[in-house]
Amino acid sequence: MGTLNILVGVCLIYVVFLFLIAFAAERAALEGKGGWLRSPLIYTLSLSIYCTAWTFYGAVGYAARSGLEYLTIYIGPSLVMIGWWWLLRKLVRIGRSQRITSIADLISSRYGKSNLLAVGVTVLAVIGTTPYIALQLQSVTVSFDVFSSAYGAELTEATQGSNALLVAAGLALFTIVFGTRNLDVNERHHGVVMAVAVEAIVKLFALLAVGIFVVWGLGGGVSETLARIDASEIGQWQMRGDRWATLIFLSGAAFLCLPRMFQVMVVENEDEDHLRTASWAFPAYLMIMSLFVVPIAVVGLDLMPAGSNPDFFVLTVPLATGNDALAMLSFIGGFSSATSMVIVAALALSTMVSNHIVMPIWLSTQSVGASVSGDVRHVVLLSRRISIGAVVFLGYLYFRLSGGGTALASIGLISFAGVAQFLPVLIGGIFWRGATRTGAFVGLTVGFLIWAYTLLLPSFGAGTLVSEAMLTEGPMGLSWLRPQAFFGITGMDPLVHAVFWSILLNTMSFFVASLVGFPSPLERLQGAQFVNVFEHSSTPQSWAGSLAQTEDLMVMAQRIIGAREAQNLFEREAKRQGMSGLLPEPSPDFLQRLERELAGSVGAATAHAMIGQIVGGASVSVEDLMAVADETAQMMEYSSKLEAKSEEQARTARQLRQANEKLTLISEQKDSFLSQVSHELRTPMTSIRAFSEILRDSDRLSEDEKIKYSSIIHDEALRLTRLLDDLLDLSVLESGRVNLNMQSGSLKGILDHAVASALTGAGADKMQVVRNAAYEEITLNTDLDRLSQVFINLIGNAQKYCDANAPKLRIEVGRSNGALVVDFIDNGSGIPKTEQAVIFEKFSRTGEQKVKGAGLGLAICREIMTRLGGAVEYLPGQGGAAFRVTLPEEVALAAQ
Amino acid sequence: MGKNVLVIEDEPNIIEAISFILSRDGWSVATHSNGHDAVGVVQNAMPDLVILDVMLPGKTGYDILRELRSEDATQGLPVLMLTAKGQVKDREMAERAGASRFMTKPFSNAEVLDAVRELVTG
Repeated sequence: MGTLNILVGVCLIYVVFLFLIAFAAERAALEGKGGWLRSPLIYTLSLSIYCTAWTFYGAVGYAARSGLEYLTIYIGPSLVMIGWWWLLRKLVRIGRSQRITSIADLISSRYGKSNLLAVGVTVLAVIGTTPYIALQLQSVTVSFDVFSSAYGAELTEATQGSNALLVAAGLALFTIVFGTRNLDVNERHHGVVMAVAVEAIVKLFALLAVGIFVVWGLGGGVSETLARIDASEIGQWQMRGDRWATLIFLSGAAFLCLPRMFQVMVVENEDEDHLRTASWAFPAYLMIMSLFVVPIAVVGLDLMPAGSNPDFFVLTVPLATGNDALAMLSFIGGFSSATSMVIVAALALSTMVSNHIVMPIWLSTQSVGASVSGDVRHVVLLSRRISIGAVVFLGYLYFRLSGGGTALASIGLISFAGVAQFLPVLIGGIFWRGATRTGAFVGLTVGFLIWAYTLLLPSFGAGTLVSEAMLTEGPMGLSWLRPQAFFGITGMDPLVHAVFWSILLNTMSFFVASLVGFPSPLERLQGAQFVNVFEHSSTPQSWAGSLAQTEDLMVMAQRIIGAREAQNLFEREAKRQGMSGLLPEPSPDFLQRLERELAGSVGAATAHAMIGQIVGGASVSVEDLMAVADETAQMMEYSSKLEAKSEEQARTARQLRQANEKLTLISEQKDSFLSQVSHELRTPMTSIRAFSEILRDSDRLSEDEKIKYSSIIHDEALRLTRLLDDLLDLSVLESGRVNLNMQSGSLKGILDHAVASALTGAGADKMQVVRNAAYEEITLNTDLDRLSQVFINLIGNAQKYCDANAPKLRIEVGRSNGALVVDFIDNGSGIPKTEQAVIFEKFSRTGEQKVKGAGLGLAICREIMTRLGGAVEYLPGQGGAAFRVTLPEEVALAAQ
Repeated sequence: MGKNVLVIEDEPNIIEAISFILSRDGWSVATHSNGHDAVGVVQNAMPDLVILDVMLPGKTGYDILRELRSEDATQGLPVLMLTAKGQVKDREMAERAGASRFMTKPFSNAEVLDAVRELVTG
């Protein structure tokens, strides 16, 4: 028990040590002293999370069971690293230029930002990874169990469970602490990567130590050990080509597609050039890792009693030989392998779960108009943390429910085959522009269904999730659908069978569905961005820029927010950073603040794209451009609205001006009218007043004079009355409130009456009126009194103004365009052309004033004729003054 | 000292009234009733005073007055303007045109007489 306590103590110290390492790395990165953190060595070591507890413990077991086949697990990634270097480089470049956060993000971005696809990939990744996490927990608890049973302390199942829970909680805590310290745009976690790198060294060291101990301590040297190997079954070269090819393909594919591998390889990548080092260093690491696997297996099989689990030879061999310290180191190595995998896997999966499932749901539950655009960082962080806890807990749950027991390697392979389904979509996406979202969706769905049906479900054992009958006879007796013998092809290894069919059908359906459908515009653009990533993006530089970039930023900021504002901002920032000059370092903090500042003027997406372009840490993605276009469209819409509004205002102003002009004109006309009325009233009043005073003041007036002056007063009074009558009449006519008294009567009768009324008083006889009674036999239906008023006025005017010696007036009745016309033509000198236009205006008397008249007559005539639906106009070219009265057809219809 | 007054006015009744009032007071009154040739008539007659209406056929009283004022002979001729338009701006127009006196119709006979006496003697 003493050793067991020491083991627990060492474990705790080791965990604390990891925390310190991670913390120191984070701190160094924060202070900008983390140059060494970004070395290719660290990058290469971080890739070693590929070697989990499965590789650490399981490889020996694998070798003990299946000979050299375990090597395939190392060959696959090595081939990818060496042979597919260009593919990795493309992945890394895309990941950086598009700010990809996970493999789900990559696939969804490529296929037109489809969140559905992202959710699908996330769910599949979780399904594929959960057993793997469970596997790690299992390895830790089982190895602990092995250790303790060696000291005679049998652990109960409950203790095992709580051990696993403890480990799970610790790993979740670590991941939360170092995986979600802050929200880095580039999703880099220096602490985690550093801890993983240290663990990589620890596990390599532990495995080497055990190997050296086995070969030289137990095997008796290299040649002895080689002899033992030759003697054992493992030494016999038994190679099944199909299985080897499948396994190499599978491990290579998994190396590319595993969420945790994507995390360290693409997301955490600091520099594309690190790949160059890793392409030889990582295969070398794998080679060293695999170096002592066979010796340990052979010596273990020799040494250990029959039936002991070869998966834990790394641990049990030193224990059995009483080498506790080495066993403890070995345990720490296995522990390191397990923990580093869980940490990175939880980190990668939580990013996917949080970004593609939790956040979209959270955002959609926010009411519209809530501060979604505001700071959601705390929500994102919380969602990440919860996701980490959930992912780890899911692994723990799987471990508890499955009860362990299955060989480590087989769980690992099932997981590999699961994530390998991402491969066609991934490769197709970055090399084939024709790949569509539908294709990706169909391919992934088909691949995963077949994988689950042929590999995952049967792995639980016949009789659990799939019945025995289904395995041997197929579902519903359809033998060609047997999970392990599609289309009746029997005798195939179940793994090979599953991988072959799932990848084949996955790829085929992906291609066919892509060819059948058409990509959306966004997909086209994204596809081009991904496939031609090397043409579009320059070599990405580190986010931390130089002062030269600050100058560029300054120039840009000045253009956008104004020179003074920009200078103030930069000076303030420089002061905050403690810089002596006027230009601050382009620290992420400053860039963020600047971006916010610019966003106020040009919109968030545009600001981000602009800064990204200058600093170069991330080039402009299609999504950015789309957002920029959106913003621009909004601004254009806004400005066109403004334009429309200002046009409307201009129109209103124009209308107001016109209305004002009209009002001014009306006001002037009113003034002029009042002035004229005043004049017309004052003139007769002047006579009246003057003669009244004469009559009053003069006592020497003759009777004749008295009569004459009284008559003048009388006439002028009448003139005043007439004027007032005319004014009132005109006002009524103009206001349109006139009531027409429609009657029937003959035109002749009206003219008779008009002539008689007009030609009264002195000189009435002088005027000769010429008429043709035959034409006047027309019955009219109109306001006869008003029409008569017009006729009287016109005849009266002729009498007043005709200057001929023998005045003569012709009244002619006729038709013009169907309408009835009555012309009044005298033989005088007529009205001069210049005055013809104004005679119908109020108070426009013409020529020499021989006769009294207010000048309202023709104005009244015109108003009356308008009311009657006709017209009165001057008829030029008739010798004397000539007026034509036109009556509408219907007025004269009764005549026929 | 002359006692000749020229009345330029188009309303016959007003001409008659003014003629009567002035004649009774011993003035010799000549009349003219349109604007066209009014300036020539004034220059020929060279009266001691002109009573000038504003609203005349052919030419306004203001124009006639301005022409008279521009001629040396009639520059200082006393002119009494009569108008039926009683607004302030009409009085200003008359003053600017150079009227010696401005009266609004209807006028009081006594006032016209007083004004004529004042303008000629004084």
